[in-house]
Amino acid sequence: MSILNLLRIAFRALKRNKLRAFLTMLGIIIGVAAVIAMMAIGQGSKQSIQASLSSMGSNMITVMPQSNTQGSVRLAGSSIQTLKLEDIDAIKRLHSDNINGLSPVVSSSGQAIKAGNNWPTSITGVSPDYLNIRQLKLLDGILFSDNDVRKSAKVCLLGKTVIDNLFPDGSNPIGQIIRFKSIPFQVIGTLVPKGQSNFGQDQDDIIIAPYTTVQNRITATNYLQSIYASAVSEAASDAATQEITNAVRESHKLLPNQDNDFQVRTQAELISTISSTSSMLTVLLTAIAGISLLIGGIGIMNIMYVSVTERTREIGLRMSIGARGKDILMQFLIEAVLISITGGVMGVLLGVTSAYLISYFLSWPILISQSSIVISFVVCGITGIFFGYYPAQKASRLDPIEALRYE
Amino acid sequence: MAKKILELHDLKREFVMGDMTVRALKGLSFDINAGEFVTIMGSSGSGKTTLLNILGCLDKPSQGSYLLDGTDVKGLNRDQLAGLRNKKIGFVFQAYNLLPRTNALENVELPLFYNKEVSVEERKQRAIKALEAVKLSDRFDHTPNQLSGGQQQRVAIARALVNEPVMILADEATGNLDTRTSYEIMALMQELNAQGKTIVFVTHEPDIAAFSSRTIMLRDGKLQKDSINEKPRSAKEALASLPESDDY
Repeated sequence: MSILNLLRIAFRALKRNKLRAFLTMLGIIIGVAAVIAMMAIGQGSKQSIQASLSSMGSNMITVMPQSNTQGSVRLAGSSIQTLKLEDIDAIKRLHSDNINGLSPVVSSSGQAIKAGNNWPTSITGVSPDYLNIRQLKLLDGILFSDNDVRKSAKVCLLGKTVIDNLFPDGSNPIGQIIRFKSIPFQVIGTLVPKGQSNFGQDQDDIIIAPYTTVQNRITATNYLQSIYASAVSEAASDAATQEITNAVRESHKLLPNQDNDFQVRTQAELISTISSTSSMLTVLLTAIAGISLLIGGIGIMNIMYVSVTERTREIGLRMSIGARGKDILMQFLIEAVLISITGGVMGVLLGVTSAYLISYFLSWPILISQSSIVISFVVCGITGIFFGYYPAQKASRLDPIEALRYE
Repeated sequence: MAKKILELHDLKREFVMGDMTVRALKGLSFDINAGEFVTIMGSSGSGKTTLLNILGCLDKPSQGSYLLDGTDVKGLNRDQLAGLRNKKIGFVFQAYNLLPRTNALENVELPLFYNKEVSVEERKQRAIKALEAVKLSDRFDHTPNQLSGGQQQRVAIARALVNEPVMILADEATGNLDTRTSYEIMALMQELNAQGKTIVFVTHEPDIAAFSSRTIMLRDGKLQKDSINEKPRSAKEALASLPESDDY
């Protein structure tokens, strides 16, 4: 008997019991829809977290002063003055292949003033590498040079928020003079807006100047708030972290038994922590959805047994007019697979629709991967075959004499 | 000399039930030639049903041989038996056994689904021809519950005919029908027999046996009597002789 005929027979058998077929499918529909929607939500959140983290500079390494104890008083990290330019020099002397950017960071908050407008913000003193490390880009103008750093030149780059507040008329800020804490700075460049960070910080509320300028003319200090570096790649970031740690320890003359008085953090660590959390969530959600698919499969098996029993006489008749066991087996197997695949199609539609509804109404990020759809289909097919096989085999092994006389 | 369709030689069938052996057939030998209309008769427990199952290739003899159209059934496996049933035998059952909610034409087509040599187009043509042969050409798209008992049995006969078997094997085919309708069915059987079909009709009603050309009586698993009926009763005449309104 050809597949087409078998499909027709199976389709007709299902049509005879529309409600029953639909209820059986419902298990599969809900299972598949759940798998698709859950995976879409899980993958979507993972992707959005990863994207926003890498926009902060995924290979970024930061060195911060560690809070430590001075005479039984624990001091806050920010008040510690242990990071110095010597540490930068120590790292520089490594000439490491793993590190491709290094910048001190000194910052100070205060009021920026331009003519009648003023805006509370902060100035960040850095070296020219900083832009690459933080993945900041120049929108217009130029970057300050190493020479500007050496001369403590009073030049700066502005972020969009600062520009909007100091130049509300929309005039070009480049070449203009602004004041920060009464020090005049010439604006030499503007930055491409980055929007809010993951933690709700406005990344465009920023003034960037040479660190020497900030140290010498504004804060009048010689210590650093932090050191930013970047590894050449995510893979190199562990090695780079180790090298930086060793260099800074040496520069701080720490003995082997002393703890670090600073901490080194990588962005990669953060990314892997967050994305492993969200992959775990995806696995968990998918497992729950998979269980409902399993229950759907058991539903199919149940209804196929009922169907075989109900149609015992039909099976007997088919056998008596020449159906082989294989023909009967295929007939019931195809019926089971038809239920599961139809359920799968409906489930995919329902799952995709609900994922979009969720993203529309709750604004959750979603990502519907083709693989999740393909996997669902394959699993449906396998479910149908697996759970349909035993009832079908039972049918195919019936004795035609007894089946014909079955009441 | 007509061709032998069935050859039975010392046919025995035993059933083992626990530690008891039930001997249902205790050595049967007879032949049936092409074109015969044979009724097999016997009371309950005579081995009628067991013999029918073996003749229909649903069961195999324990001992002895059974040749259907020259093929020895004994050495065949389940699938080969199914193939033999498909091509050589047309079953007609007491309870019709039509597929519910499936129209007459498709019910008749059913055996051809299991015959790979028949194309889709030929299948339909042959089913139409078979239904015309049983005078149901105006009932193609009726489902079994839209047909009377006699009509359903005629659909079943058309289904038995459609694969052009060597023999039609009827199991109490008139058992569920009233007198008039069973005479109608017998008239149809006689007509098919006249066209050359071999018919084996299992029944326990003597007046049905009267329409056949030969009667085999079974008793206690053995052949009791094998008699040629020189002058079979014409079912058409019997039908004409029935009072017009005896159903009321």
